[in-house]
Order: sequence, then C-alpha cells, then structure tokens
Amino acid sequence: MARKSIRIRAKAKRDTIEVKALLTHSMETGLRKNRKTGDKIPAHFIKEVNCEHNGKTVLRAKWGVAVSKNPYLSFKINGGTKGDKIKISWSDNQGKSATAEVSVK
Amino acid sequence: MKRRVLLQGSMVYGALGVAASTGLLAPSFVLAEWPQSSFDAKELNDALNSLFGSNDYITSDKIHIKAPDIAENGAVVPVTVSTTIKNTEAMAVLVEKNPAPLTASFDLGKTAQSFISTRVKMGKTSPVLVIVKADGKLYGASKVVKVTIGGCGG
Repeated sequence: MARKSIRIRAKAKRDTIEVKALLTHSMETGLRKNRKTGDKIPAHFIKEVNCEHNGKTVLRAKWGVAVSKNPYLSFKINGGTKGDKIKISWSDNQGKSATAEVSVK
Repeated sequence: MKRRVLLQGSMVYGALGVAASTGLLAPSFVLAEWPQSSFDAKELNDALNSLFGSNDYITSDKIHIKAPDIAENGAVVPVTVSTTIKNTEAMAVLVEKNPAPLTASFDLGKTAQSFISTRVKMGKTSPVLVIVKADGKLYGASKVVKVTIGGCGG
C-alpha cells in the first residue's frame, strides 16, 4: 500500500509544539475470531512508539492490545519552534516497524 | 542476514545510549523492555505492581481525565490525560474492567508536557484509571466511562 502509515501534524504555538499523529495499524487483540474458519485472528499490535524532537527522544509510549485500531496520539513539547523536526517511530509484536518525520509548521 | 540483524540491534542500543547521555531520558526507562507481565496482568493491582513496583497511589485532583461519560463505541474511546503535578516522569492508562487492565504507559522526557491524548478499547462500562509517577511517587485519578457496545471483540 502506498498510503503513509504514520501521519503527523506538528504545530508551533508560541514556544510549545503540539503534535497530533495517526498511525495505521490493525491493533488486533488476538481475541477476535475469523467468522468463516472460527480461528482466532492472532494478536498484532504496536508495542512501542518513540517520539523525537530534533533527534532527541521526548516521549516513549508502551502499548498493549487495548489501544484502538489506527491509533491516535497527541502530545505537547515545551521549547520548540517552526522548522524543528518531529520524528515518530513504532515497532510491533510481529517485528514490523515504521517511522516518519515532519517539520513543525 | 544475522550480521545485519546484529548491526541493527547494536545501532538501536547506540541510539539509546546517546539519548541517555544527553540527559533528556531518565536512566530508569532508557533500557526498559516492553513490560510483558504488566500488559498480561489480569488484575489491576498486579498490573500496577508489575509496572511501577507498587499498587499504592495517592488520589489526586491534579490529574485531569477527559473522556466521554458514555462511549458511543467501545472500540474507540478518546481519552485525554493531563496533570499539573510537577516532575511527572510517567503516566499510565488502565481500563479496570478490561481483560487486561493496563492499556498504555507513557514515559515523558523533560521537555514533554504532562499531556497525552489517545483512543482506547473498552470491553464494558469501567473506571478508567490514570496513574502518574512523579518524584518516585504514584498519584491516581479515575473516571467511569459507560460503554454500550463493547470494543474488545471477544
């Protein structure tokens, strides 16, 4: 799929950066069953999210299966300005990962 | 293939080392692994003990939980947590009546505000407990969210 798996909107308000991100991920709990076969759909979920501001980690999130599908995450950083870089990376329980970076507007 | 995995692994630890030395990450969570037993715990106290080493928290009115009184869809419940407690190191969201209460934990760097917004799954009406760790102490606040259609898919 060509669609971006991490969408980030980062805005500077005075010297605070507000970040809103939408991650594409099924966040399967492992409790759902395939309606046709009756087999459980295996758990597939983001375990860790790392958020960086100009290369330095400002937030690390650890998630379980109960974070909603296509997770939304918003956080705020003190002391930032337009043009700064925000990078968000995630890794999941099946060894997959993704990363995206934007400039603060 | 093995060499590439080894290099990728060592690069990750190298990056964490740099992050730790810049002082923006407290040493306690630089090398913290994903807390399997905390996320597996079926009882609230077990989850808290596993994650924070204690299930003893001070109820605080300085923790603000914004969540709907009634969730339209238990699969997607928006929860925004914030606190004015100083020196907040970490915040955790637990949905007490979910099969496994611990939903998410957040380790905050020094420049991160004590503010997180996300969306969680709730299986049924339940208190949503937010725990804040600051200066080594635990504080908590709770809000009951009513759920009409459960969102765990079980």
